[in-house]
Amino acid sequence: MSPAKPSTATEDLLRCVWRENPTLVQLLGMCPTLAVTNSVANCLGMGAATMFVLVGSSTLVSLVRKMVPTEVRITTYILIIATFVTVADMALAAVAPGVHKALGAFVALIVVNCIILGRAEAFASKNPVWRSALDAVGNGIGFMWMMLIMGSVREVLGNGTWLGIRIFGENFEPWVIMILPPGGFLTLGSILLIVGAWKHRQGERAKARDLALAIEGKAA
Amino acid sequence: MTGPADGQAGSTPAPATPTTGSPAVALIRTLGGLGVIAGLLIVVAYTATLPRITANKARVLAAAIDEVLGAPARYDTLYVVGDSLTPAAPAGVDPATLETVYLGYRADSSVIGFAVTGAAPGFADVVRLIFGYDPRASRVLAMKVLEEKETPGLGDKIEKDTMFVAEFRDAVVPLRGVKRGEGDDSTEIDMITGVTISSRTVIRVINQTLERLGPMLAARLQETP
Repeated sequence: MSPAKPSTATEDLLRCVWRENPTLVQLLGMCPTLAVTNSVANCLGMGAATMFVLVGSSTLVSLVRKMVPTEVRITTYILIIATFVTVADMALAAVAPGVHKALGAFVALIVVNCIILGRAEAFASKNPVWRSALDAVGNGIGFMWMMLIMGSVREVLGNGTWLGIRIFGENFEPWVIMILPPGGFLTLGSILLIVGAWKHRQGERAKARDLALAIEGKAA
Repeated sequence: MTGPADGQAGSTPAPATPTTGSPAVALIRTLGGLGVIAGLLIVVAYTATLPRITANKARVLAAAIDEVLGAPARYDTLYVVGDSLTPAAPAGVDPATLETVYLGYRADSSVIGFAVTGAAPGFADVVRLIFGYDPRASRVLAMKVLEEKETPGLGDKIEKDTMFVAEFRDAVVPLRGVKRGEGDDSTEIDMITGVTISSRTVIRVINQTLERLGPMLAARLQETP
């Protein structure tokens, strides 16, 4: 994952917000990203629940990392993750019953979200507690803001609202397809395309700049 | 990669068994210990959230009863025990496990009708709904979907399409689903185009629930006019 071994706390926190974003770069957690982003409220609920499970499980996995025999480490991670998911499920049902109802089975399915198991295996099991927690928060933010972008695009186009607030006038005919499953694929594909094209152009520019510098150096 | 033929006493660690001998005791201790911690966490969260979850559910149900009975002044909770309705659960039986109906009254103590819940599998998952019913006229008063996981934008119209929901107001049972625009009879419900299965489920739930409970409800009203 991270190339350099001695990374700073800020790096731990920020690495996965953009450069190694779980949705954009690692392409993990696609199931909730496609399925529950049909409204901004759902994205907030799902993002918060995932963040809670990520931070809780990464912290606990890191805390017990020296006691867990390798043979049972995946079992241990799943047990820890499932515990936090159950807690998140009940907390969401108590605090935001509407969102809990809308998310349905996808709250329980956080157990199999590969962002969480991935962080447990790739980071938390090898790093101290505070760094694992920071890494988990970073991943949670990375996942959350991508969910919110997906949700905003889909809810505004597919329902004419943002977080339930009407954006367009009465004459707006919602593109219902955007809040149906195909809309998830269309939106995610478009976002990946735009970010990919932008990154490609950045790369080309950097190359051209290096080339220009090299030529200048030679000329001098 | 180190070859296996390098000798056992070499300084290179064997990659196949990183922790030489995690005894069974260690595995059981780890999983058992974490199991206890996990169990404790869940129990704590359960007891902490239970009152609010129960209150949320009760609030949703109370609002639904209010809606399908048209804001009753008060209502009685009746339990279905065997073939009759009783105001109190029999001794030794948890009231939460019994099927319940709600008998609503107006301010002048005249009966509005019953609020009855029912459920059946829809297109995706179980559709749970509540409806108001007046046995004296065999009329459905109103219908409200409590729980559904039907296709967003299509199947969930059984909950969100106000025209469909309004079809149930004052409909005479047994209900019959017809194509939109063809229903003129009061027993005919205009179904939603493209939402056939979910629409049919709603109609089926009401018909089947009343087939089962209808006589009981009618008998109850004859006892208490």
